[in-house]
Formats: sequence, structure tokens, C-alpha cells
Amino acid sequence: MRITQGTFSYLPDFDDEQIQAQIQYCLNNDWPIAIEYTDDPHPRNVYWDMYGLPMFDIKDPVAIMQTLAECKATFPNGYIRVSGYDRSLGRATTALQFIVHRPTDEPGFHLERQETNDRQVRYTIRSYAADKPSGRRYE
Amino acid sequence: MDKSISVFPRELKENTGMAGSNDGAPKSRWASGVAPYVEMGYYDADYQPKDTDILCAFRLVPQEGVDPIEAAAAVAGESSTATWTVVWTDRLTAHEHFQAKAYRVDRVPGTDQYIAYIAYDIDLFEEGSIANLTSSIIGNVFGFKALKSLRLEDMRIPPIYTKTFQGPAHGIVMEREYLNKFGRPLLGATTKPKLGLSARNYGRVVYEALRGGLDFVKDDENINSQPFMRWRDRFLFCMEAVNKASAVTGEVKGHYLNITAGTMEQMYERAEFAKELGSVIVMLDLTIGYTAIQSMANWCRKNSVILHLHRAGHSTYTRQKTHGISFRVISKWMRLSGVDHIHAGTVVGKLEGDPNSVQGFYSTLRDSKVAINPVQGLYFEQDWGSMPAVFPVASGGIHAGQIHQLLHLLGEDVVMQFGGGTIGHPDGIAEGAAANRVAIEAMIQARNEGRDYLNEGPEILERAAKWSPSLAKALEIWKDITFEYASTDTPDAVVTPS
Repeated sequence: MRITQGTFSYLPDFDDEQIQAQIQYCLNNDWPIAIEYTDDPHPRNVYWDMYGLPMFDIKDPVAIMQTLAECKATFPNGYIRVSGYDRSLGRATTALQFIVHRPTDEPGFHLERQETNDRQVRYTIRSYAADKPSGRRYE
Repeated sequence: MDKSISVFPRELKENTGMAGSNDGAPKSRWASGVAPYVEMGYYDADYQPKDTDILCAFRLVPQEGVDPIEAAAAVAGESSTATWTVVWTDRLTAHEHFQAKAYRVDRVPGTDQYIAYIAYDIDLFEEGSIANLTSSIIGNVFGFKALKSLRLEDMRIPPIYTKTFQGPAHGIVMEREYLNKFGRPLLGATTKPKLGLSARNYGRVVYEALRGGLDFVKDDENINSQPFMRWRDRFLFCMEAVNKASAVTGEVKGHYLNITAGTMEQMYERAEFAKELGSVIVMLDLTIGYTAIQSMANWCRKNSVILHLHRAGHSTYTRQKTHGISFRVISKWMRLSGVDHIHAGTVVGKLEGDPNSVQGFYSTLRDSKVAINPVQGLYFEQDWGSMPAVFPVASGGIHAGQIHQLLHLLGEDVVMQFGGGTIGHPDGIAEGAAANRVAIEAMIQARNEGRDYLNEGPEILERAAKWSPSLAKALEIWKDITFEYASTDTPDAVVTPS
């Protein structure tokens, strides 16, 4: 399967030039870029690990692409996402967030159904990959 | 100004010696009988509205022979303290304080219409009650015989009053963070056919649309709990669909479970069940009334459930330009009431929606500060302070081939709902959903890359259709579908090319 979180998951994977164009768009809007990675893509896993702090002061997309390349080299089998952050009053939230790297094989999720009373079912979504300890998934 | 004019036609007044007749000696303000509203103090051209006043702009058409200023004063009077005759009991009150004041009346050029501006002191209204606000301001003036028609065009609601309302249970920012969806419009669809499906088949439509790429599916306004599908059955099958779609995509998904019912007790029961099943969102119809909406919005904040509002019935009073209430006013009331989503027009779809008016509604729902903008029909500045924004929902006869126009007109903080444009796809519902998702993501990508996406839109979609057969089919089948009719509800001001 293909996990479709993020702004552009229904498009073919972006090449570096396309990623850089989106980073440039964020910088044009004064949205600092952050890079995060994970090996637990559960839809409710909010806090992916930060690859360093958000790059508040880096306005050069090429430098950001370089950091991204390092992150990819460090976690070749992980998910990596790029975010632009809008700190303005009334927003203070993520403005754009898209996956830029993903494992070659995405085994997906198991939907666990716990049947309870009155025909109700308790649903739990579990990532197949997350059965293994962190760091040994997607190998 | 002729102070003697009353809301009664001149001839009638002169013949009968009714209010304000010119018989020489000026009548005392407190003489029993009928006095013009102007003389009773409901018009004051020198009045300087206070920052704390609620201001209203009414479009009024007086009956033949009725002075527009007296008509405006009458509206001010009847929507605040006055009745049709002088009452001595006014003298027991600080009546000058409680009287609404018409302070400006402008003729709309080339018509028999006037825009009357009326100021209401904040003390006239109960805190946090749309019911009270509206009972005052639209309570009985709309049936006034001296007026041919009356429309509430806009309101300025001061922060001192907005702060007495909860406001949106979550708001756009919180909703996006909760759903983990950023940088693009959210996508939805209304299940079709809207009536007649069994709960099990209904859930099938929900599952297919969500797994194909939509974020939400929606009950229609008239799906409540009919013999062909009872609410509890629908909720159970829909939540199976939502959870399964979430598992196959790795995304948070939702279905607006319509909890509209005949009584508050039934609505609370349905809301509780939706929450128990883990639904991220529930839905109401505007027909349930303002107080019921406020109650459910409070429930939604308390229970972390997003609240979608379908504006069922609004066109009965928002569409005609000279009588009723503008939807920009309804937008304000609903932002105060606390909904997270509200249908607010598409411009290009099948339902009424002048582009400028609709953009005015969207600003009213989303922005923190809204400036006066006659072209968009915005008569007043509106300061929302820190009140969260409402997601406008664009729904009704829209399809993937219009994505560039929709994005240009409505922006990115919007829920775009393609019902027929998803479910009517020749290859199936999931393919219809995927077509819409591909179209919006391709358009956002192009916009962010600095492309002139409005003009290059068709080309951007064609390029995406080369690798997306779902989009190619959608573009092919709906390419010529447009709904081009003149709008009924348009602002007076137009942009003249310079």
C-alpha cells in the first residue's frame, strides 16, 4: 500500500527540483522549514522525530536540500516529511506538510475489530511494521 | 428634513389628523397617541456610533409616500423599545439609552431601495444568545406594513459582544491539526442517492469514497432516521467504513453523521453514540434553530467532536435581494454559535452564489479582521478578535475540471465537496474520489511553484490526467458542465475596470 498522509501523496513522488520548489514557496511566505522522520506512520502518530530544530534562520533552499539529503542518508528506510510552519497570529500551525521519502515496501496497517455489546465494534489500527522494535522496521 | 412625516402616507395623515399633523403647536413628545418614530428619537443624523454598539445595515423599500427616514426610524424603533403609540411607561426608563438610533439613510441609486444604518446599544442584548440577538433585530420589523420589503444586509458585532460567545468548537487551525491535514483544501462528498439506501449499502458508498482519497463523506440534510435507514444502523455501518478506509490509506478519515432530530434529547443521544463509536465529526441542519445549534456546539467542544452545519432552508430568506437576511449575517451568527463547518457557496456550482458575495461570506467566516468592502457586500468592519475561524464548505454541482477556478475563488481553507462529481464517476466511487484528490494536489503543487494556475488550470489538469486515468475519465465526462445563470443576490457596488 501507499500511505497517503501529507499534501502531495496522490502525485508521483517529487524529484529534488520539485521538493525544492515547494521549500522555496514556504520560504517566500516566511514559513521556516522543519524535517521530521519516523518508522511509525500510524495516522495518529503526531510527533515524528525532528531532524534537528526547525530551520528558523535558513532562507537558502539549497542548504535545506542538503540537510534533507543527510536525513535521507541516515534513514534510508524511514518516512521523511518536510513542513512549512506559519507562526502568524491566529495561525501558529503547520501550513504545508508533505512526505518526501518513504520505505520501498510499505506493508500498511491491520484493522483490529473488537466486537463488543449492542453490535458495536472497537477499532484499532496497527502498523504491521511497528510489530518490530523501532530502528529494525522496514529493513 | 420634514419632521412631521410619519410612517403613514401623507394624505392619510393629513386627512385623519394622525400623528405629526401640521396643526400649528408642536405636540409634546409624551402626548398620548401616535407620534412619528423620528420625533420619538429613533433617528439621529448626528449620532456617533460607539465602539460597543451593534450596528446593522438594512435594505428597505418604503411604501409609496412613506418617508425613508421615518421608515428607518420605524425599523430602529420596532427592533428596540418602541411600539406603535406613545406609552408613558417609557418615562420610567433611561429610554434614550435603550432606543436604537437610525443614523444614516442612503438611497441606492437607480432604485426605490434605501440602506438604513442603525445602532443598538450593547445593553439591549443578552450575552451569548443568538436567539435574543435575533429576536430583537429581526423579531417583528420584517412584517411592518409601512415597508414594502426589508432585508438585513450586514451587522457589525463588537468584540465586547463576540467575547460572550463560545465560537467554533474547534476552528480551522485545531481541525487541521487534529486531522493531520495541511496545505490543501479538504475534500468531501455527500452520499448519493441521498434517500433510500439501506445502511449497509450507504456504508459502502462511504468506504469507497474515503479509500479513494476523500477526507470526509457526508450525510445529506434530510438523512436523519427514516424507515429505510434508522440512525443507529447508519452510524454503525459508516464507522466500519471510516475505520477501514483509515487502515487502507494510513490517513484520518471522517463521516459527518447527521444528528439532526425532532428533539434535543434525541440529538444528544445520537451525538453521544457518534462519540462512543469514535466519529471525529457530527453534523446538524440549520433547520434545528439557533439555540439548538449553540447547545450542540457547546457539546462538541466539550466532547472533542467537530461540528458540521448544513445550511438547510437558508435560501428561503437569504436569496432575494430586497427581503430577508443576507447570508453574510447568517455566517456571523453561525461563527458566534460555534459551528466548525458551514456551507457557504461555490460560485461555479449548481446553487446561487455571486462570486463577490460568496467571497464576502468566506472572509466573514475565516478572517480575524474583515474590512469594509462594498464590492463584496461588506458594509462594516468586523473584528473577530481571537475567535477561531469556520471552515466554509463548497458543495453542489462542482467537479474536478473546475479545481483551478475553485482554488482561485475560495482559497485553500475550504472543504470542497464533490457528491455527484465523485459518486458519478464511470469507473466507480473510489476512482471518482482519486480524480478529485489528484486534481487538487496537482493544482496546489502548480500554485506553489508560482504557475499562473487559474489560466493554465486546464493544461495542468490535462498533464496530471496523462498518468491518472481516474482524472482523465472525470475530465472527459464533465468537461462541458457549467451552471451559468445570473445571480439574484448581488452587491450594489461593482468593480469598474480602470
